[in-house]
Amino acid sequence: MATAAHSGKNYLNEKSGLWSWLTSLDHKRIGIMYMISVMIFFAIGGTFAMLLRWELFGAGPTIMNAHQYNQTMTFHGAIMVFMVIIPGIPAFLGNFILPLHLGAKDVAFPRVNLMSWYCLMVGSAIAFWSLFYHGSDTGWTFYTPYSVTTQNGTIWLVFGAFIIGFSSILTGLNFIVTTHKLRAPGMSFWRMPLFVWALYSTALLQVLATPVLAITLLLLAMERLLGIGVFDPNLGGDPVLFQHFFWFYSHPAVYIMILPAMGVVSEIITAFSHKTIFGYKAIALSSVGIAAVSFFVWGHHMFVSGQSEIAGIIFSFITMLVGVPTAIKCFNWVATLYRGSVRFDSPLLFALGFLFLFTIGGVTGIILATVGIDVHFHDTYFVVAHFHYVMVGGTLMAIMGGIYYWFPKMFGKLVNEFWARLSFVFIFIGFNVTFFPQFVLGAMGMPRRYFDYLPEYEPLNRISSFGAWTIGVGFLIGLGVIIHGLLRGKPAGPNPWGAKTLEWTTASPPPHENFLVQPVVTAGPYEYR
Amino acid sequence: MSPAASTASRFTPYAATEIAKGWDALYAFLLIASLISCILVIGGLIVFVIKYRRKVEGEKTPYISHSTTLEFLWSFIPFVIFMVVFVWGWKLFHDFRKMPENALEIAVEAQKWDWTFGYKSGRRVSGEFYVPINEPVKLVMTSKDVLHSFFVPAFRNKQDVVPGRYTTYWFQANALGNYQVFCAEYCGDKHSGMLAKVHVVTREQFDEWLSNDPYKGLSSVDIGQKVYAARCVACHQLTDAKGVGPGWKGMFGRSEKMADGSTITADENYIRESILNPNAHVVEGYPAGVMPTFAGQLNEQELMGIIDFIKTVK
Ligand SMILES: [Cu+2]
Ligand SMILES: [Cu+2]
Repeated sequence: MATAAHSGKNYLNEKSGLWSWLTSLDHKRIGIMYMISVMIFFAIGGTFAMLLRWELFGAGPTIMNAHQYNQTMTFHGAIMVFMVIIPGIPAFLGNFILPLHLGAKDVAFPRVNLMSWYCLMVGSAIAFWSLFYHGSDTGWTFYTPYSVTTQNGTIWLVFGAFIIGFSSILTGLNFIVTTHKLRAPGMSFWRMPLFVWALYSTALLQVLATPVLAITLLLLAMERLLGIGVFDPNLGGDPVLFQHFFWFYSHPAVYIMILPAMGVVSEIITAFSHKTIFGYKAIALSSVGIAAVSFFVWGHHMFVSGQSEIAGIIFSFITMLVGVPTAIKCFNWVATLYRGSVRFDSPLLFALGFLFLFTIGGVTGIILATVGIDVHFHDTYFVVAHFHYVMVGGTLMAIMGGIYYWFPKMFGKLVNEFWARLSFVFIFIGFNVTFFPQFVLGAMGMPRRYFDYLPEYEPLNRISSFGAWTIGVGFLIGLGVIIHGLLRGKPAGPNPWGAKTLEWTTASPPPHENFLVQPVVTAGPYEYR
Repeated sequence: MSPAASTASRFTPYAATEIAKGWDALYAFLLIASLISCILVIGGLIVFVIKYRRKVEGEKTPYISHSTTLEFLWSFIPFVIFMVVFVWGWKLFHDFRKMPENALEIAVEAQKWDWTFGYKSGRRVSGEFYVPINEPVKLVMTSKDVLHSFFVPAFRNKQDVVPGRYTTYWFQANALGNYQVFCAEYCGDKHSGMLAKVHVVTREQFDEWLSNDPYKGLSSVDIGQKVYAARCVACHQLTDAKGVGPGWKGMFGRSEKMADGSTITADENYIRESILNPNAHVVEGYPAGVMPTFAGQLNEQELMGIIDFIKTVK
């Protein structure tokens, strides 16, 4: 094997040809395949976002009619949630990094891992076909009875989401088993990197919550196809029941999106402040804590749905509890920077951007969890701004940071730092210009999913649209940085950042089975002494 | 300050009820607490990254693994704040939801895409409704099709309107004026056009408005006849003669051949569609684009009246 390394063999050039990729069982190659697919989906979902902001640039019709707007809004939401943010970090970064972090050769079930990717592809293909062929306009939430009384496209879209769900479940299962069974000698649970803790908590959510979505979607399909009354009041069903089922999955799904992002941030902050993490156990356990509590807060999406007053109060209380572990994480990250040796490369900028935006997303989350306050904010732009601060400001910042952080490991090359930082500047500023005004719009009472709005909402909408296009430019620069890095990047060496986790002890790019010699772990993951 | 003028200039709409003012107070508290938290976290972050930026490669950092005291403090203090906010929010929510006794009751019916308001006196109106100032008003709401949500920013309250069940909403407006009603739950194409106004007036004005019901004591067919005489007579005759539009005699229930070749039975749904969206299906022999839409001009009661009236023209 040593000769293999000396001859320059790594997972990228070990075999060649498209077929060798499509049938690869190597977690790193599968990770890269996820990276490419998610980036394509993101480009499509992002294009719809740009169109939405163009339409909302002024009151009245601008570039499309109301029906087309509703379709565009549905496409944007469904693509971004089911095909970008949920598979984004776990399936892409997780696949590539998890075995490396554990000192393992691969995940526990490489074939299942490849199958997960195909599930995502098949599910996405069906969903895309349905979106464009039928022009679904239900919003990504598929609320009944609207979704059972409109055109038939919903059923296929839902079927696509159902198959994508299996991708999520299988990936989660794979990660749980890998974490339990394939840790390097000496790597106890308390010596695992925090990214692994985050992925592990996420995997629990994926395995436990996604089946509920699958069941809900099946019930929806049975109602549409067989006329069995579950959610449709005309058939004796209860439309609000759908919301309970839907959010029982989709609230934990919010944490499927954000927990791994938090893991990425823990890695980046320690590496770039060259300092051990402050409060390792607290951060690790708070991931598990957030995952556990997140199963009992779904009703906060339904404060005004007609559920009972007492239910609203209980869900408000439990939601407040999620704020505690989240606050612990934020304070611990800031404390890690204290007396560090901070280097401002692009991954750190994105991690700091994450902290900045996530803090705003977090405090506005508490505002929305306050049940008496939510009755005004529910279904207004305040909510839109809040969840974009958490999911885009949080998850996408972490994905970008993670890409820049692990790019040298994935491809053995360095990106152009100047342009990478510039992409951060555009995305960060554009993001705040887009979404901060939406908090104000929401407070002023502008409801969401509105094709048209009252004239008094126009100035802030206009600012928001300019911000969206700025974000678009930022991501285009980011894409340029990645392509340029692939083609022209300077050689990175095994450990360009001087980080301490195991992936940096092997070559960049790593050889087929990751480590030439089985690593043995004798200390924690962040031993900067 | 007049509510209309203030809407655009403030970050929150004019507060037209006591509870809305209570909402504003809690929101102000939350904003200040949020601002302080953001300054602590983001400020700490900025100070640390600047102060401890790397000066030379390879410099040593202290090994600080944790501090039980600090970590306890920054779990416990947020927890206490969250609990204060939770209880305050609970109280506010209870005020929003505790239905008053002896309130003026109005039946609200939502359907794609308008609001109809029915009073005990029998008066039914669409698109706008009147309530007296300083008196509790209770809305008993249901939907005829999909989910909608009744939202008045000036009252800081909203409630989903659900088909197959009743939900309630109450308010006691303490400032005269016209307040915007939105539909806040996505309901299809014209969701953003599903608007209404609530007019808060004095008790005298309210009584006068309520007794001015143009259809007081009339049956649905009579209402239809009145609307016909005012709005339809110019183009539609009560014989089977062809005018600008088809005559109404014997029309109800007849199969009509459409300009696009299809056949449609002239039932309730077709007549409703022809009034609200005339060009959707035009009968063969009549040019499209002649009949104007009456969407937003006729309320539910008037629409039903016309349909019932057409049924009688045999
Ligand atoms: Cu939630
Ligand atoms: Cu609506």
